[in-house]
Amino acid sequence: MKLSFSPEDERFREEVATWLAENLCGEFEPIRFRGGPGDEHSFVEERKAWEQKLAEGGWTCIGWPKQYGGRGASVEQQVVFNEEYARAGGPGRMGHIGETLTGPTLIAFGSDAQKERYLPGIRAGREFWCQGYSEPSAGSDLANVKTRARLDESSGQWVVNGQKVWTSLAHESQYVFVIARTDPDSVAHKGLGFFLMPMDQPGVIVRPIEQLTGTSEFNEVFFDDAVCAADDIVGAPGEGWKVAMGLLGFERGVSTLGQQMLFQNELDDIIRVAKANGAARDPALRQRIAEAHIGLRIMRFNSMRMLSGGGDDGSLQKEAMIYKLYWSSWHRNLGKLAMDVLGAESEIVPEAPYQLSRLQSMYLFTRADTIYGGTNQIQRNIIAERALGMPREPRG
Amino acid sequence: MEFRFTEEQQMIRDTAEAFLAEVSTSAAVREAMATERGYSEALWQQISEEMMWPALHIPEAYGGLGLGFVELAAMQEQMGRTLLCAPFLSTVGFAVNALLVAGSDAQKSHYLGEIAAGKTATLAFMAPGSRADAQAVQATCSADGDGFLLNGEYRYVLDGHTADILVLAARAPGTSGAQGISLFVLPASTEGVSRQWLPTMDQTRRQARIDLNDVRVGTDALMGAQGSAWPALAKTLDLATVALAAEQVGVAQQALDSSVAYTMERVQFGRTIASYQAIKHKAADMMLKVEAARSAAYYAACVADEALGGNPLGGNPLGGNPLGGSPLGGNPLGGNPLDAALAEAASIAKAYCSEAAFFNAGCGIQLHGGVGITAEYDIQLYFKRAKSAETLLGDAAWHRERLARQLLDGENV
Repeated sequence: MKLSFSPEDERFREEVATWLAENLCGEFEPIRFRGGPGDEHSFVEERKAWEQKLAEGGWTCIGWPKQYGGRGASVEQQVVFNEEYARAGGPGRMGHIGETLTGPTLIAFGSDAQKERYLPGIRAGREFWCQGYSEPSAGSDLANVKTRARLDESSGQWVVNGQKVWTSLAHESQYVFVIARTDPDSVAHKGLGFFLMPMDQPGVIVRPIEQLTGTSEFNEVFFDDAVCAADDIVGAPGEGWKVAMGLLGFERGVSTLGQQMLFQNELDDIIRVAKANGAARDPALRQRIAEAHIGLRIMRFNSMRMLSGGGDDGSLQKEAMIYKLYWSSWHRNLGKLAMDVLGAESEIVPEAPYQLSRLQSMYLFTRADTIYGGTNQIQRNIIAERALGMPREPRG
Repeated sequence: MEFRFTEEQQMIRDTAEAFLAEVSTSAAVREAMATERGYSEALWQQISEEMMWPALHIPEAYGGLGLGFVELAAMQEQMGRTLLCAPFLSTVGFAVNALLVAGSDAQKSHYLGEIAAGKTATLAFMAPGSRADAQAVQATCSADGDGFLLNGEYRYVLDGHTADILVLAARAPGTSGAQGISLFVLPASTEGVSRQWLPTMDQTRRQARIDLNDVRVGTDALMGAQGSAWPALAKTLDLATVALAAEQVGVAQQALDSSVAYTMERVQFGRTIASYQAIKHKAADMMLKVEAARSAAYYAACVADEALGGNPLGGNPLGGNPLGGSPLGGNPLGGNPLDAALAEAASIAKAYCSEAAFFNAGCGIQLHGGVGITAEYDIQLYFKRAKSAETLLGDAAWHRERLARQLLDGENV
């Protein structure tokens, strides 16, 4: 067992840190530490400009193969990049859906024409994507999508009808990828297609969802005879589920250490408050602060195991299976700890009417952490069934 | 990044698993539990002579195998899984580590050689009613001619009534806290040492009381400098804590595995109870605990390896980035950074693994239903071991407070 990155990876770390120090400044100073989860609505134009700056430096899509404009960076290097990016206060990435979801999906499953058409815009930080998966009746039961896609014989285009929900950054994106039912008589994961669609068309309507924070990262997206070019389906009709699930497999833990850096910033904030207001002398709060520290350190150790591979058969490792349940539960507890450390001050909103502080916003938004991306209950089902071999849930 | 077993470590782990499945069966554990000694001498002979486990991380120069702390943790985890009744933690986790940290070359040659050849040993430091800190040391040592005169009463001494070799902590009269503490190593047969088994709730590991009545030892028994042994004792306790945390991982794992196996067989309302989400979700929470505990224990084992073998003046072994090493910073009070990293990693591991083992064993009883509280099923033994291991060397709250002092008060632990 070894706990360190290789000297080459440490040199790469140095290169990343230096570039960020020289470029994430001046006009970009205001967006440092902004635009993360719960704050995605902030500084959108500036963050789009920042994407192009990143692209100029060759820091978008670093994990993509070189032939598609990436650096072919190793998993370790991607981890190091994300960690340094978070340490430097790099703003929430406007391009992350294109970079981490659309791109890898097209590289794996897309046609040459689709790659040529879509990858350069993502790589250049000029074209942004959103994700059309969840629907009002397809949340945890994602395969229950009702949105339909019909190939119109006369126009030769796909015509899409239905509704998506929880779509982040829909109003800021040029494109959306959508899973929709190509076979109207099909059920569950059969008979779906995976579509690449422009957002700027009359048949696509975006409606923001106001959240408990008073802000709106998420949207509803309505498709009313929206169109998609015939050759913008990825894979064949009926293969949409395979493509969509392949895409979920692209998450290999590269962003975990970057995420933990953000968490560390939040915990550091809480510790600063506790020292300043005397909460640090309260025995019960001391226990909880230490517990948060322990939890975050172990989160890192879990990631290190995840990144070290393990299962020779390529199966998802146990430490990877627990990861979402672990971090979401930890973060939700951190939110409550922040409020309890703040005490009476925790209620006071800095600016009328409802401009929350960073910790208040974090506290409220952490209630979403245990829901999106697979609720804690779904995660427990997955762990019990796939890792422990307990009986599968009956499916209707 | 290679935070996983090497092939050799995996082999050592697998060998331990297979051997213990043979020799540390439920029947064997129950047989050992029924004796005052608490373990089978024949099995210990096999463990020490055939398997050479006590010699595992003793350097080759002293007759050992010269392996590292990760290998030790791997073995300790498997021992926890089968509740092995043997004086291994006392001999290796406590006494060998004390000798490695504080022993003179002559003491190491003599005593580590004996241990590698099958003798048992333990460490005694706690006064009645104390907690595992410097103030626990209440036995006294005073100069006596060419040597020392030791007096006092120890409790909670693991395998203290049977150990062949004793490492003892004692303080100069009138001192308190970290001041005035010395360590001694001596044969248990030394005149003036009396020992008595203290029956425990956890029947799978023995504790004893040791009384010292004017025990005379020579200067050759003194480990390190007189009166300044607290850092060495603290480091020894941290190393023992890491070994114990690895054992707790094994306890947590087996509590999960046996409970899942039971729920897959038990049928109610016409289906196995493992098919109910109420059961599955509890099992999933148990798996989360044990996997996170494993990460914490093995991280601590890696740090222990560095702290034991590393150059005390060396740099941060954990890599260049601050989150990779201790985020608590170096050592404001001038201590050894490797020892500070060890203290932090040991407290993280012990706090988490203690609760994981207890949570899993407690949930394990619940998942077993009525049979969980019978003597016949083994889950009750894991429940008892989980609690005794949690109490030993500081429970979760104690270790959290130790970390809180670093985080919030800027203290070096």
